[in-house]
Amino acid sequence: MIVALDLPVPTTTWYLLLSAVLFTIGTVGVMVRRNPLILFMCIELMLNAVNLTFVALAKKLGDIGGQSTVIFVMVVAAAEVVVGLGIVVAILRRKPNATTDDMAELKG
Amino acid sequence: MAMLDLVWLIPALPLAGFLFILLFGRKLGDPKAGYFATAMVGASFLVTVGVFLDLLSRGHDERSHVFTLFSWVPLGNGFSVDLAFLADPLSLTMCLFVTGIGSLIHLYAVGYMHGDPRFSKFFLYLNLFAFSMLMLVLGSNMLVTFLGWEGVGTCSYLLISFWHERDSAATAGKKAFITNRVGDWGFMMAMFFAFWAVGSLDYSVINGAAGGIAQSTATAIALFCFVGAAGKSAQLPLYLWLPDAMEGPTPVSALIHAATMVTAGVYLMVRINPVLAVSASYAGWIIAGIGAATALYAATVAVAQNDIKKVLAYSTVSQLGYMFLAVGSGAYIAAIFHMVTHAFFKALLFLGSGSVIHGMHHEQDMRRMGALRKLMPVTAITFIVGWLAIAGVPPFAGFWSKDEILLYAYDKSPVLYVVGLATALLTAYYMTRQVIMVFFGEARWHDAHEEHGAHGDFTPHESPKTMLAPLVVLAGLSIVGGVIQLPGWFWVPKGLQHKLEDWLEAVVPGEAHLSASAKDLSGILAFVAIAIALAGIAAAIAVYAKHRAKPIEPQILADAWGYDRLVSNFMGGPGRKAFEGVAWADANVVDGAVDGTGELVRAVAGKARLLQSGNVRTYAAAVGAGVVLLLVWFVVVRGIL
Repeated sequence: MIVALDLPVPTTTWYLLLSAVLFTIGTVGVMVRRNPLILFMCIELMLNAVNLTFVALAKKLGDIGGQSTVIFVMVVAAAEVVVGLGIVVAILRRKPNATTDDMAELKG
Repeated sequence: MAMLDLVWLIPALPLAGFLFILLFGRKLGDPKAGYFATAMVGASFLVTVGVFLDLLSRGHDERSHVFTLFSWVPLGNGFSVDLAFLADPLSLTMCLFVTGIGSLIHLYAVGYMHGDPRFSKFFLYLNLFAFSMLMLVLGSNMLVTFLGWEGVGTCSYLLISFWHERDSAATAGKKAFITNRVGDWGFMMAMFFAFWAVGSLDYSVINGAAGGIAQSTATAIALFCFVGAAGKSAQLPLYLWLPDAMEGPTPVSALIHAATMVTAGVYLMVRINPVLAVSASYAGWIIAGIGAATALYAATVAVAQNDIKKVLAYSTVSQLGYMFLAVGSGAYIAAIFHMVTHAFFKALLFLGSGSVIHGMHHEQDMRRMGALRKLMPVTAITFIVGWLAIAGVPPFAGFWSKDEILLYAYDKSPVLYVVGLATALLTAYYMTRQVIMVFFGEARWHDAHEEHGAHGDFTPHESPKTMLAPLVVLAGLSIVGGVIQLPGWFWVPKGLQHKLEDWLEAVVPGEAHLSASAKDLSGILAFVAIAIALAGIAAAIAVYAKHRAKPIEPQILADAWGYDRLVSNFMGGPGRKAFEGVAWADANVVDGAVDGTGELVRAVAGKARLLQSGNVRTYAAAVGAGVVLLLVWFVVVRGIL
């Protein structure tokens, strides 16, 4: 006998809610944390929150456009991480333990 | 290869001379630099003769040739101003006497400037002048002419103030330059109008389209050209600079301020004669009137001058007035004819006066001369030839050209004719006065002996051969120069009549419009002119040689009717205040606006830069806030979603 677990079927709304939560975590993280690496991770979190939205809505609306956009976002994010991490490593070499608040050379 | 294709060499040779002397002038030194410069202008003269003969061998319709070097100002849409030379009878006539007389004066200057510390620089400027003058006359459009026009103005400035250690020379140079700028403004306005009216600056296009230009526009072009011409050719009210220009070395006075540059205005007016023909009739009256007024005015002033060169300077102004009288009367041939003969005899007179000044150890006051004919025989004889030519005694060159101008003036209006005659009388009078004061009578230079004590035994001496040779050549030309345009009188061989008119036919309308009554009277008018000239000479002899009457030389004439002082006072008083007002407005209003804009941007930026906190997290917050605001805009205001 097959026992049917009466689990609720995840709907699109769930995914959107999860996405919103992830995005908020990312946003707040960017605003309150000072470690550049953590900052990066938060940005990745925000990007992927958006990716999740895209995929969820693509499935719901039956539109392949959203999924292909996600591929683009991933490629761009990867490139951005390469450049960004390069910069962060270079800065940390010059100033170990530097926080983002220490990098204020462009202050007006 | 036809000589005509070598027309570019005519200005190129003096330019090459200029560049060479610029680089190696000091090494060449005195007198080699002078001979080199002379050779370059002389070579240019030979090329001009070659081109002239080539043109002469062609038919009337084929005597205009445009030689384009390159496109100078490409304007798009097919409009372009080329650096091009126009070789036609008019420009070649100008080139012939510019290079011919120019090379003679160069040669003369080798002797005159001998021993000057800036000898090679003098010839540097002279060659640059020859180049500019040839650009002026050869330019196939107004812009090339303007290039030459400004060039000769600059050279005039440099050469007038050549001895700039003297305060008066430096001031005279500035005066000439600034006065000429007023005329240049007129020239530029004429260019703008011409371009606006026909969309081109080429003489061929402007003259070709002259019939289609509205009368008012044509009048504007003609009169603005005349403003330019009045500045360059020293007409009222802009003549002021020419008498002062005598501060320059005498060869400069002969070359620039008698023979060539000052005739540029006449040349320009003749060049655009089709435009003048379609302009309103009052344009001709204005030009003829100002010409006649200048002629008479300057002649009266010349009567009372004591500086040997000042007499000739006012005489030049007066003769240029004759030329404009001719232009205004539609007698373009006569204007060119007088320009050529005047170039001969006035260059001769200036060089002769230079020879006198040289022999007198830089004494220019005629009251300290006298009886020089025995000590300076060649100078005296050639000067006397020049005197007879300018006084209008037949068969010397000046008689024929002046007679032709008076004939046309009579045809235009008896008033102009009478003014012309009065000028002729005064011309004969003041030139005779000058000849008597310089070469005849008793020797008055002993009075100056004490001042010249440093020279030891002071005796005027004849000038070196390099100075006398040009005098002799120019004297010859002043005697026979009239043959280029003999009148159509019955006893003149048919083959010799109106040669210049025949030559210029393609460019300048001929005698056709002269009324029959004037034609019939031409013989009588000539006799009147001769009588007037002889009367002037006789009067001067009676006053200055025989002392039958006291000379009439009122101070007001010596002061040029106070015009110079009037202008100086105006410019020094209200004029200066106006200039200072303009300078104040420039410093405060114009600069204030410019500086104010800069200050405003700086102040705003000073506040705006504070937005850049340098804190990455603040930026992130700003981006977030921006997103939220955009969402609000789209969702709430635009109602999307």
